[in-house]
Amino acid sequence: MRADSRVAGILLPVASLGAGLAVLAIFFTLSGYDPAAALGAMFRGAFGSWYAFSSGTLVRAVPLMLIALGFTLGLRAGVLNIGGEGQFYLGAIAATWIGLKLGSWPGVIAIPVMLAVAFVAGAAWVAVPAWLRLRFGVLEVISTLLLNFVAETLVSFMVQGPLQESQHIYPQSDQLPTAVRLPVLPGTRLHLGIVLALSCCVLAWYVFRRTMIGFELRAVGRGPRAARVTGGLRVERIGAGALLVSGALAGLAGGVEVGGVSYALYPNLSPGYGFTAIAVALLARQSPVGIVVSAILFGALEAGAGAMQRDAGVPPVAVYVAEAVTILAVLLADAVSSRRRDVVSA
Amino acid sequence: MIDAGIIDGFLGAAVRIATPLLLAALGEMLSERGGVINLGVEGAMLTGALAAAIGASAGGTWTGLAASVVAGLLLASIFALAAIGARADQIIAGTATTLLAVGVTGAVYQAAFGSAGAGLTLPTLGASPIPGLAKVPLAGPALFNQPVTTYIALLAVPLCWWFLFRTRTGLALRAVGESPEHARAAGVPVRRLQFAATLTGGAFAGLAGGTLVLAQVGTFAERMTAGRGFIAIAIVVLGRWHPVGVLAASLLFGAATALQFVFQAMGLAVPYQLFLMLPYVLTLLLLAGLVGGVKAPAALGRPAD
Repeated sequence: MRADSRVAGILLPVASLGAGLAVLAIFFTLSGYDPAAALGAMFRGAFGSWYAFSSGTLVRAVPLMLIALGFTLGLRAGVLNIGGEGQFYLGAIAATWIGLKLGSWPGVIAIPVMLAVAFVAGAAWVAVPAWLRLRFGVLEVISTLLLNFVAETLVSFMVQGPLQESQHIYPQSDQLPTAVRLPVLPGTRLHLGIVLALSCCVLAWYVFRRTMIGFELRAVGRGPRAARVTGGLRVERIGAGALLVSGALAGLAGGVEVGGVSYALYPNLSPGYGFTAIAVALLARQSPVGIVVSAILFGALEAGAGAMQRDAGVPPVAVYVAEAVTILAVLLADAVSSRRRDVVSA
Repeated sequence: MIDAGIIDGFLGAAVRIATPLLLAALGEMLSERGGVINLGVEGAMLTGALAAAIGASAGGTWTGLAASVVAGLLLASIFALAAIGARADQIIAGTATTLLAVGVTGAVYQAAFGSAGAGLTLPTLGASPIPGLAKVPLAGPALFNQPVTTYIALLAVPLCWWFLFRTRTGLALRAVGESPEHARAAGVPVRRLQFAATLTGGAFAGLAGGTLVLAQVGTFAERMTAGRGFIAIAIVVLGRWHPVGVLAASLLFGAATALQFVFQAMGLAVPYQLFLMLPYVLTLLLLAGLVGGVKAPAALGRPAD
C-alpha cells in the first residue's frame, strides 16, 4: 500500500507534466507552429548544455522554489495566496531601493540587508490581504489577485519616477552597485540564490515534519473546525501568519532576482513567476523536496520558452498552456484517486 | 471649470467602461449563486476578446460578438469539467483556466495576426442612439447613446433578476448555492444546474471580452483584459450577489476608471499610474467596508457531490 502510494506520488506528477507537454505539442500543430522545432528549441534551451542548464533552467528555478514554497505554506494552513507575482515585485522594488544606497558597504553585510528588506516588503504587501481577511473576512484569493495589478503599476511608476535611472530616459532603475550583487558560480550566471532557495526548502521540510508549527499548520489546513474545537488552535491567526511568511518568501524571490539576475528594476521583470509557482507547488503536492524537483522542471520550461521564441518564433506565453494543463491534470488525478479511495473505504 | 461636455464625456465613458464588467459580473453572479466561484472568468474574457478580434476581421462585428460568446463557453466548459465534473478545487481550477487562456490567446494571436506589437485595426461597434431617450439631459447620452452591447448588458440585469427570483429554475439554482445536499434531497439536479450556470457565465464573460475589443478598445493585445475578470468577481461580492447591486457596483467602477478623463481635461498633473491603480484599490477598500454582514451563498467554493 505504502510503496504503491509512493510510486503514484512520482508517477502522477510525471504523467501530468507529460500531459501538459503533449497538449502543448497538439496546440502548436493546431495553431500553425512547428511542434518539433518548438519543443526541440525548448529542450535545447533548457538542457542543451551545462550553460543552458545552470544559467537558464536553474536560475529560473530559484524564484519558483521560493514562491512555490510560500504558496505551499499557505495551502497547508488553508489560505490561497494567488498574489505571489505582486509580492515578488514589491520585494524587487524594495531591494532595488535599498541596494542602490548600499554601494559603499561590504557585500557580506549589504547583501543580507538587501534581501532582508525584500523579505519584509513581501510580507508587508501581503499584510493588507491578511488584515482584510482577519478583520473583515475578505477572501484572500480576491485581495491578493487584485494587489498583483497594483504592484505591477507601482513598478511602472517607480521606474518612471523615484527609481528611474539617472539619465531619465529609460523606464528602468540604475544598475545596482557590485557590493550588493550576489556571487556567481564562475563560467555561469548561476548565483548564490540557488543555495538560499535550497536552504529554505530544507528548512521548510524540517519545520513541516519535525516541529509543532508544522503540526499545527497541518491540523488547520486539514480541518479548521476540528483544529479550533479540539486542538484549541487559533485558526485565523495561523492562517494569517502563513500568509505573511508566504508573501515574505515571494518578496525574497524578488530581491534575489534583482540582486542575482537583473541588477536593476524594470517592468516585466517576472515572466509570471507568481503564477508558474502555483503549478510548481501543485505538482510537488505540498512536499518541499518535491518543490525542488518541480521548480527545476518548470524552470526548464521557462528557460526553454526564451529559446523557443528565438529559434522557432513562438511567443513565450505559450508555455502557460503546458503549465495550465499540468495543473488541471494534477487536479483531475487527485479527484479520481480520492474518489477511488472513497469507494474502497465505503 | 467643469463644463457640460466634460460631464457628458465622463458619464458616457463610465457606462462604456462599466459594460464589459457588468456582463462578466452578471455571468459570474449566476455561477456563484449556484455555489461555483469561477476564477476562469478572466480567461474566458480574454479568449472572448481574441475570438471577437478574429471573428470581426473575418466577418464583421456581429460575427465577432458571436465568436466571443462561443469562445467564453468553451473556456468555461474546461473549467466546469474540472471543478464541477471532477470536483477539483475551484480556485485552482479557475486559475489554471485563466493561465491556459493567456497562453492560448498569446500564441494564437501571433499566429493569426503576425508578430505581436503590429497594430491591428478592427471594425468596431459605433454608438446606436435610441431615438428620443438619447436626448434626455445627462443620463440620456450616457445610457442611450451607446454601442448595442451596452443595451444587451443593461437588459440582462432585469432578465437575471427575473430568472433568479421569479422562476423555478432560478429558485433551484439558489438552493444549490446554499445547500447542495438539501437541494438534491428535494430532487434538484445539482451538478447539471451548476454546469448550466457556469457555462452561461462563461458565455457572458466571452461577450464581455468581445465588448471590450469591439466597443471599447478596437484592437487586441496580449493579456489585454488586465484583471477585469477578477474585478468582475469583486463586483459580484460588492453587488451582494444581486443583479441590481451588480449593476450599481459596475457603474461605480466605470466611474472610478473614467475619472482620469475628467482630471486630464482639468489639466491636473497626477502620475497616470495612480489612475491605473484606482479601480483595484477602490475594490479593496469597498470590499473591506461593505463585505461585513453580507452573506455569500453558503456553499460557495465547495464542490457538490
